[in-house]
Amino acid sequence: MTQLLLEYLPIAVFLAVALAIALAMMIAPFIIAVRNPDPEKVSAYECGFDAFDDARMKFDVRFYLVCLLFIIFDLEIAFLFPWAAAFRDIGLFGFWSMIIFLAVLTIGFIYEWKKGALEWD
Amino acid sequence: MTLIAFFFYVFAVLCIASAAMVIIARNPVHAVLFLILAFFNAAGLFVLLGAEFLAMLLVIVYVGAVAVLFLFVVMMLDVDFAELKAGFIKNAPVGAVVGGIVLVELALLFIVHGFDLGTAGKLQAATPPIESGIANTEALGRLIYTKYVYFFQASGLILLVAMIGAIVLTLRHKEGVKRQSIAAQVARNPATAVEVVKVPSGSAIVPSSQGQNS
Amino acid sequence: MTQETIDTLWTYGIWLLTVIGFSLLMIVGLLLIIAYLLLMDRKVWAAVQMRKGPNVVGPFGLFQSFADLLKFVFKEPVIPAGADKGVFLAAPVATATLALTAWAVIPVSENDWGRWVIADLNVGVLYLLAISSLGVYGIIMGGWASNSKYPFMGSLRSAAQMVSYEVSIGLVIVTVLLCAGSLNLTEIVNAQQEGLGTGIGLPNSFLDWYWLPLLPMFVVFFISALAETNRPPFDLPEAESELVAGFMVEYSSTPYLLFMLGEYVAITTMCALTTILFLGGWLPPIDVAPFNWIPGFFWFLLKVVAVFFMFAMVKAMVPRYRYDQLMRLGWKVFLPLSLLMVVVVAGVLQYGGFV
Repeated sequence: MTQLLLEYLPIAVFLAVALAIALAMMIAPFIIAVRNPDPEKVSAYECGFDAFDDARMKFDVRFYLVCLLFIIFDLEIAFLFPWAAAFRDIGLFGFWSMIIFLAVLTIGFIYEWKKGALEWD
Repeated sequence: MTLIAFFFYVFAVLCIASAAMVIIARNPVHAVLFLILAFFNAAGLFVLLGAEFLAMLLVIVYVGAVAVLFLFVVMMLDVDFAELKAGFIKNAPVGAVVGGIVLVELALLFIVHGFDLGTAGKLQAATPPIESGIANTEALGRLIYTKYVYFFQASGLILLVAMIGAIVLTLRHKEGVKRQSIAAQVARNPATAVEVVKVPSGSAIVPSSQGQNS
Repeated sequence: MTQETIDTLWTYGIWLLTVIGFSLLMIVGLLLIIAYLLLMDRKVWAAVQMRKGPNVVGPFGLFQSFADLLKFVFKEPVIPAGADKGVFLAAPVATATLALTAWAVIPVSENDWGRWVIADLNVGVLYLLAISSLGVYGIIMGGWASNSKYPFMGSLRSAAQMVSYEVSIGLVIVTVLLCAGSLNLTEIVNAQQEGLGTGIGLPNSFLDWYWLPLLPMFVVFFISALAETNRPPFDLPEAESELVAGFMVEYSSTPYLLFMLGEYVAITTMCALTTILFLGGWLPPIDVAPFNWIPGFFWFLLKVVAVFFMFAMVKAMVPRYRYDQLMRLGWKVFLPLSLLMVVVVAGVLQYGGFV
């Protein structure tokens, strides 16, 4: 087995241990605690009222826009990681190639700002 | 070696099973959650291939960002199952035709190239050799920004187009929103904000200008 | 079965047991530390408000967290009638498990025995970033599955908030990586042995750590970490004045406990990450006689507790942000600032003769 995979195997073990602990905590009250549900107790909380309509409603498209912009910046950061790791090997050319990349995305960012996509209203 | 095979089959089976569940699940939110599980297993397969950077990126970008967007979209939809089913029957022939074409194309690809594992080896030979002892991420970094600089810049332009497209498609401004201007708030001082008025007894105050109390 | 097979199984068995043992040691130790960090959080909060805080269970309230654990376990788990039961119960387990899993790659010390870490990944930083980006799922799943309005709104807010601040966290990490030149957490700490302080002829000291050259980034990272873990003043997902308890409204008993646990583990992870990236991990503040006799692990713990103390003080002293202000801070202040700093740091490294 390669050295690389040997480093990842403990994560699988660690995940299993963490999952076991979380599941044990989760199951414990279902075994030892009293369970006595009644219709009022299991109804959705709405400050004492009965819910007027379904909770899964439409919401502002702005949350969607924030998420879209996040994906784009996340990809930008994804490109920055290998660049930072290899920064000392790629020299001046690599440096300027990334600066141009960032400049292009900064144009997009300025457009965003001017259009008011970053305002929350 | 057997341990690698064991993990490969675990990831592969879970990946395909959860991909199937994405299609089968009736509730779209469950479908997205199964999609996330499929991404995780794909990341596990990447780790088995030794592509640790790609594995982490798959989790960060697809699970951490794209799937959140999917969940938003799915949660935003008013889920009406009857309507969904009607749409399914109406669109099923189109879907079947598209799926059939893709299947035939894949089959043709395999018939032409065969199931020869050597093909993969030949493709691998096309990439420059990586010095041993260099981490995955660093090896990628040495190539992307110098050897593949045009592709790298093209991807930057694609991201720019995506950014502009996202704004053009989704940005709607509400009318009549009062926004906070923090700079204006900080710049306020007593001289501009407070007006001392001598009020003669028995008469009303006449504001000197309209903008003072905004 | 041949002798060889038995030998192989024996070796694997020993290896597996060792890893399980270390994992258990790590998780149990972490949970114990968190039990006392929780108490410290409440004590600090109380002290700022001139109260005593929990002081009944055990001397000075030292057993308070354990009493809370018992109380949660004996409470009735209520599952709302309209809830999606599978997702409703999976959400807290996912939150707690994912938060704990981050600790598999956190190195707590390094000495002659080797590196004190469960899995010494080449891409440790990316792993932590991936785990912290997954933290949003427990909240979205819990909010959606509850089928109730407050949780739903809380989870929406939380998702947009965590996503916004992750951008600046990512960029801050990139600046540190530029200086350290590695994605391995242990190597990032070791790269801080020499820096500004040794550059002017001083012995290895706290002046070498990255908090000094990257001071603006240190501040941005700390504030973003608060927002990323939904800590006050950015605790809008659970703002009790508007959303009662946000995504946790419908939860009770240990499902609620698991959410709280996940939150505190995530906070501790962020404290540890701050320590590793900016405060020199387990390196002693001054590398001279009395300080470097103390094992590195204690320095690491001390620094994590110190960062947590700052988290607790911020919680006690700073009023909650409004949502539009929160978004403004993330997108219009931190994002341009950290992007600029990436360019500046890279430029200084490139043209200042550090390459």
